[in-house]
Amino acid sequence: MHIAEETSERHVLSITVTNEAGILAKIAGLFTARGYNIESLTVADISDDHQVSRITIVTNGPPRVIDQIIAQLDRLVPVHKVADLTEDGPFVERELALVKVAGKGEHRIEALRLADIFRAKVVDTTTESFIFELTGPSDKIDTFVGLMRELGLVEVGRTGIVGMVRGKD
Amino acid sequence: MAEMSGADIFVQCLVDLGVEVVFGYPGGAVLPIYDALYNHPTIKHVLVRHEQGATHMAEGYARSTGKPGVVLVTSGPGATNAITGITDALMDSIPMVVFTGQVATHLIGSDAFQEADTVGLTRHCSKHNYLVKSPGKLGQVIHEAFHIATSGRPGPVVIDIPKDVQVATARYEKPDLSTHVSYRPQVKAEPDTIAQAVDMIAKAQRPIFYTGGGVINAGPEASALLRELAELTGAPVTSTLMGLGAFPASSEQWLGMLGMHGTYEANLAMNKADLIIAVGARFDDRVTGRLDAFAPASKKIHIDIDRSSINKTVPVDLPIVADAGSALADMIAQWKAAGHKAADLEEWWARIAGWRARNSLAYAEEGTEIMPQRAIADLFKATKGKDAIITTEVGQHQMWAAQHYHFDAPNKWLTSGGLGTMGYGFPAAIGAQMGNPDSLVVCVAGDASIQMNIQELGTATQYRLPVKIFILNNEYMGMVRQWQELTYESRYSESYSDSLPDFVQLAQAYGWTGIRIEGPQELEAGIRQMIETPGPVLVDCRVAKLTNCFPMIPSGAAHTEMLLDPSQVSGTMADEAKALV
Ligand SMILES: Cc1ncc(C[n+]2csc(CCOP(=O)(O)OP(=O)(O)O)c2C)c(N)n1
Repeated sequence: MHIAEETSERHVLSITVTNEAGILAKIAGLFTARGYNIESLTVADISDDHQVSRITIVTNGPPRVIDQIIAQLDRLVPVHKVADLTEDGPFVERELALVKVAGKGEHRIEALRLADIFRAKVVDTTTESFIFELTGPSDKIDTFVGLMRELGLVEVGRTGIVGMVRGKD
Repeated sequence: MAEMSGADIFVQCLVDLGVEVVFGYPGGAVLPIYDALYNHPTIKHVLVRHEQGATHMAEGYARSTGKPGVVLVTSGPGATNAITGITDALMDSIPMVVFTGQVATHLIGSDAFQEADTVGLTRHCSKHNYLVKSPGKLGQVIHEAFHIATSGRPGPVVIDIPKDVQVATARYEKPDLSTHVSYRPQVKAEPDTIAQAVDMIAKAQRPIFYTGGGVINAGPEASALLRELAELTGAPVTSTLMGLGAFPASSEQWLGMLGMHGTYEANLAMNKADLIIAVGARFDDRVTGRLDAFAPASKKIHIDIDRSSINKTVPVDLPIVADAGSALADMIAQWKAAGHKAADLEEWWARIAGWRARNSLAYAEEGTEIMPQRAIADLFKATKGKDAIITTEVGQHQMWAAQHYHFDAPNKWLTSGGLGTMGYGFPAAIGAQMGNPDSLVVCVAGDASIQMNIQELGTATQYRLPVKIFILNNEYMGMVRQWQELTYESRYSESYSDSLPDFVQLAQAYGWTGIRIEGPQELEAGIRQMIETPGPVLVDCRVAKLTNCFPMIPSGAAHTEMLLDPSQVSGTMADEAKALV
């Protein structure tokens, strides 16, 4: 016997929640308990009074699973609202990355030139290394990291994405 | 207003919330609360023998009265012992509030004596949970917890209270719960969906109501409304295991239970229907069988208070998020306002009559043994008109009870459906008896299941609860043995109940009356004696050992592939079927 797999879609979900202890474990745990995927998850307090946080989750799954994920999130007591940005779109998504590259000579110059093209900022320098700071959609960061791999990539840190629907609402 | 200790706030909240019974077990981390409860004039505490028992008692109390069940246990092992019952209540949508003691706040995280991460452990088996870190928050949390447990789709809520929070003092005032920032279950359906639903029902030629535990949870009015709508439309009604009693079994429109051990007519009618109206039921795998063959020619309306139940396993044409009672009332009003008359369903009923004629619940009776189905049928006969409450353990006896005992009213049938917890039935009967002191409460049990919480015999004795236990003793974990017969060529791996106790003597040791029924000639009199004997009675009813429960839709099979009798059993199965529960 073999286990069949279904085709997936990527969705960006934006969830506003009451900022209570354990909320992150509750949300992340729901994903593991029900076998849903998390590609990235970001969370931060977004209100004046520190009562509300916004969690952005990038997930993937067949459409009926995405619908279930939203319904399951929506029924958690501390969840205020679940928005499927991919469905509500068009939307802006951004991620921040720190990319450390070490090298000398041509490699170093090339890294700097590429960083310029990608509008990455240099936030730390030694004679043999740079740390670049880069924001953008995830695929832009993927591309940049891919290029740096050939030029002496040491390490990468990424925040995971935050997203917002375009327009006035 | 003067300050009160957390423990006193706890007690005052229960009084303010009208709590009459608490099922619990003391320990170090709840001693302040137990002291506050000492000799309390209105709150009765039932001392259980194991915390799992307390949770199932609370479930039985809740299911039979409609009021939330309340549990109080200590930290660590008290809390972990309660987890099975909490999960059971989550799966079956039973309103319950569980209070657990916790080590003092400054000790949390230090692996202190009897510390367990109760909030972490119960996060995914409760509807919601709280760790209360200050006595000033306790009142608000307790009131909110009862609101969450009992509203929307009901479920268990856990409140973990550190010991120092029980001792420290704060002011308490009954909080105002009118608006919650995020929890607002949708009770009323969108009017246009109701209009659409009624339209679809009026046009259907082969409609069927498929109802579940949600109708029971919506209160007795919802059951009355279901009956009214069924009568208006003339459509047949079937129900899940959890929904039995919401529609009277004595009605001509009743097809019996559907699903794995449902009747032929219920499953075939689901399969051939052109419209399924699901009310408070969740298309569980025990009901649908093989998904791609489930009710292929039908449109589906799904009424459920939990949006996540809709389109979870079966895609539906018209989702209606609402309380079952509220939606049924709206549909009746709309049906009448639109001037609909019941459609001519004569042809549909004729087909159903054909399926009914198969008499799928029939069983052969020969020889000197009591057939378990007969034992249930006789129990039904003997208790008819007595408004009895029936609880069950889990296994064949549970399915036979569902098939051969017939319910005409809601809240009389208590069984563990979603989790299928052996050990549920007996404590649930104790809880039901606490909530219904004058009712006849019978737990139909198996010889294996009853041993899972048999220690509660002492609890019934202590509180003089006249609970009856009716064991269908086949000396096997019959349901396991049945699956081994179907799937593994009758290799009975560890399914024989060896070294059974003498149940009669065991009962007597706890001060119960014990009765043994050994043959068909003793059955009627034995059951009568059980009912007529005051106080708690255990009956060890020896039944045929190797009987299997039919009809049966094997796991992963379609409704049309139902096994009606033992001659259709082959003894092996494809790996795909073996992989299903
Ligand atoms: C706590 C728990 N453990 C295991 C099971 C699996 N199981 C389902 S039915 C059953 C056998 C029940 O035997 P018994 O109580 O004698 O009832 P019978 O089927 O013979 O009527 C078992 C082991 C379960 N449902 N619950």
